[in-house]
Amino acid sequence: MREKSGSDLAVNSYSEIRNEILSRNITCTALTAHYLEKMDEGRDMNAFISFFSVHAMQQAEQVDLAIQNGNAGALAGLILAVKDNIVIEGQKATCGSNILNNFVSPYTATVIERLESAGAIIVGKTNMDEFAMGSSNETSHYGVVRNPLDPERVPGGSSGGSAAAVAANMCLAALGSDTGGSIRQPASFCGVVGIKPTYGRVSRYGLVAYGSSFDQIGPITRSVEDNARILQCIAGFDERDSTSADMPVPDYTTTLGQDVNGITIGLPKEYMGEGLQPDIQATLDETIQLLEQAGATIKPISLPHTEYAIADYYILVTAEASSNLERYDGVRYGHRSREAASLEEMYVNSRSEGFGAEVKRRIMLGSYVLSAGYYDAYYRKAQKVRRLISNDFHKAFETCDCLLTPTAPSTAFKIGEKTDDPLHMYLSDIYTVPINLAGIPAIAVPCGTDNQNLPIGLQLMAKPFDEPMIYRVAHFLEQAQR
Amino acid sequence: MEFETVIGLEIHAQLLTSTKIFCTCSSSFGAEQNTHACPVCLGMPGVLPVLNKKVVEYAIKMGLATNCKIASRSIFARKNYFYPDLPKGYQISQFEEPICEYGHVDIIVEGEPRRIRLTRIHMEEDAGKSIHAEEFVASDETLVDVNRCGTPLIEIVTEPDIRSPREAFVFLNELRQILRYLNICDGNMEEGSLRCDANISIRPKGDTKLGTKAELKNMNSFRGVEKAIEYEVLRQTDIITSGGKVQQQTLLWDDKRMEVQPIRSKEMAHDYRYFPDPDLVPVDVAPEWIEAIRADMPELPAARRERFRTQFKLPEYDAAVLTETKDVADYFEAVAAHIDDAKLVSNWIMGEVLRTLNEQKLDIADFPINPQRLAGLVDLIQKSVISGKIAKSVFTEMLTSTDSAQQIVDAKGLTQVSDSSELDQVINDIITANPDAVERFKAGETKLTGFFVGQIMKATQGKANPKVVNQLLMEKLNKK
Repeated sequence: MREKSGSDLAVNSYSEIRNEILSRNITCTALTAHYLEKMDEGRDMNAFISFFSVHAMQQAEQVDLAIQNGNAGALAGLILAVKDNIVIEGQKATCGSNILNNFVSPYTATVIERLESAGAIIVGKTNMDEFAMGSSNETSHYGVVRNPLDPERVPGGSSGGSAAAVAANMCLAALGSDTGGSIRQPASFCGVVGIKPTYGRVSRYGLVAYGSSFDQIGPITRSVEDNARILQCIAGFDERDSTSADMPVPDYTTTLGQDVNGITIGLPKEYMGEGLQPDIQATLDETIQLLEQAGATIKPISLPHTEYAIADYYILVTAEASSNLERYDGVRYGHRSREAASLEEMYVNSRSEGFGAEVKRRIMLGSYVLSAGYYDAYYRKAQKVRRLISNDFHKAFETCDCLLTPTAPSTAFKIGEKTDDPLHMYLSDIYTVPINLAGIPAIAVPCGTDNQNLPIGLQLMAKPFDEPMIYRVAHFLEQAQR
Repeated sequence: MEFETVIGLEIHAQLLTSTKIFCTCSSSFGAEQNTHACPVCLGMPGVLPVLNKKVVEYAIKMGLATNCKIASRSIFARKNYFYPDLPKGYQISQFEEPICEYGHVDIIVEGEPRRIRLTRIHMEEDAGKSIHAEEFVASDETLVDVNRCGTPLIEIVTEPDIRSPREAFVFLNELRQILRYLNICDGNMEEGSLRCDANISIRPKGDTKLGTKAELKNMNSFRGVEKAIEYEVLRQTDIITSGGKVQQQTLLWDDKRMEVQPIRSKEMAHDYRYFPDPDLVPVDVAPEWIEAIRADMPELPAARRERFRTQFKLPEYDAAVLTETKDVADYFEAVAAHIDDAKLVSNWIMGEVLRTLNEQKLDIADFPINPQRLAGLVDLIQKSVISGKIAKSVFTEMLTSTDSAQQIVDAKGLTQVSDSSELDQVINDIITANPDAVERFKAGETKLTGFFVGQIMKATQGKANPKVVNQLLMEKLNKK
């Protein structure tokens, strides 16, 4: 068989070409060259902050050699982009911020170590909202990312660069991070698959913290199967992350292809109605019908504390963020102001120059809710509400195998449409934020398009560590559309 | 008006774990600057802390030793503030739900028993060291050494139960002794492995309401703590008796000038915004673990002092001196195991042994005469084989030799002569050689006994048994 050259590749997913890679019909070097070219062609989209051209080709040669020697890893030849808040030794990790503009990491994140040893080839670092604070990728110091399906629109955020890069086929998959919807919402806006695993399922070591009790790394992919394969590689206990779960990782591919006959899918009524784009409601209704026809039981349920989720989230996440971002002080690394006559001025000026408006807003908010005299009224009360929201889900999973909701109240909106109205912007995470408060797993899977042909992603959730259930239903929905 | 002093102490003790509290860097003291550092203790973006279990064990040890309640679940919190030697911008400490609470330490101050209650003991990480105004630092520069970042500490907080500077001193000494017995902190205030801040207020005697307190920092010796508190009590008394009001403030003790200086108010206007650290899971302590730690605890200083008084019938002073450190107490017991006369052993250790350690700046662990050898020496005295005086020279010999006391005595022929037939001749010779003295003695100058004994000892190179010599000499002189 003739070896395929880069330009011949019209690849849809990693799983599709994996056998050709292993049988060496496609070499990793050719594949990598192809994707590096696509990345270069797509520069206008601004999905990438760093391009690893040389490094990626070197990695590709090594993976080719490993395949030749019969040592192919589970993800040999996976062309992967990495969100710029996940660190790799010797590479920049800007987090989309000016304050880390010159920061080069002295160590590598656990997920990267695992992916590289499985044969993944990292082609670059993706653009993102500054410190993952945003829902549109418009807060990045490195400029907005354009949605590949409509350059006038946002790709979603904060993992906007990752979702756009995958959707535009500039890589086979990307890592994102999800604190309140930052994987699922951009996946939905760009028409790709994105999972927020159970809190503790994936090591956070090397993920630059935003909201430590919310953050999870997850894959953004072109297929559910690719997604399951990547999570398989990165999930599992890490002794360097005390909050990672010391639990066995099931085989995520076994439930793929299983039907949905007999499973119970809950429909939380609080996730529908007012504020939801009608096209999305229509897609949801069609999907429900599809699932019922396949033998699933659809069960209307209530998650009564949902209305408090956004307020609760912004109290807790900003409290954690205000503390997590204190290390950016200009002392050891990152931006240091040239205009400072005293230590205090150095702090104030470095941080004022280094952080963007949204980050400053959240630091202020978080510092406020933690300050003496306000802690009980805000932070402590919010912790109690978090428990109530979490209990809502646990109660739902007593009778449901998974829950189905929209991922976002709208499809991708126009660049600039919401930048002047932070509250309006915060509401675009209304369906994703409760999941992070509860720590449960959720996936966004493309289920249709709106009247402007923009993708609509639906969200599936399951009880903690039941990623196999959401992969099963997501895979069913994906196959049903093909 | 008579005033009562009210003092509460906050003591930071650096723990002797081999690694830091949240990473695997060495926590040893004195390494080259900025060599004990890794991404975690440098606060690099994306790093996470992992708790060193040894720190929890040590904190529980101290809690048990000070009669605390050990929490089955405790949590870490972040204390947020900016300083160049604090890489993360927050210190990981404990705030709500500390590991130990409700403890107490009993002490005796000038003969009076006193109970000092402990509010809490909690675990935390140390910050780095800012270095200003050293030879190698320019006057407008501050350098930071991060080696100390993440060194494990316990903070011990007392209730305001201490009533005098002396009491603070005694309490601190007792606390240090406990830390050292447990081998969890070397307790060196000069090097900063033990640090003490004091909250001081005064109030009219009989009042139950606390007065306005000042916080004293920067004392770097036990004596400094006592002196600083003395100074502050006088300062507050002066203010109040002259009609003024004590300001709540933080004061730095200046050991050279023997006075306090207030910290600029700006530096103390902190709101630390404590909240539970989401990067660490709660510390769950199973009852079995506590029991295992308890079972492994050494006898504590107070109990040992008491036992030395009862079991060995030692005076209080001896018991206190011998139990000052665990190693000396162990040494004493190892010697006393072979000797009936514990007081004789005590005298030798408090005298010759401690003096030698002091002079040679040695730890007892490095003392060249091990307990068996010292027991051999004391045994020879107890059995009248050698006199105390000869024993001192044997002791000196033993410091530089590995021979036993018996071997040295044998080799040098130092065995005490108690045999009267041997001594008869010597005594007769001395009497014969000094007729004048004999005459004066008989005339009533009894203090000449000393002269005769001295001559006899000289003639026997000190080996004559003084008791036998005395007896024989008296018999012979009185017969003349």
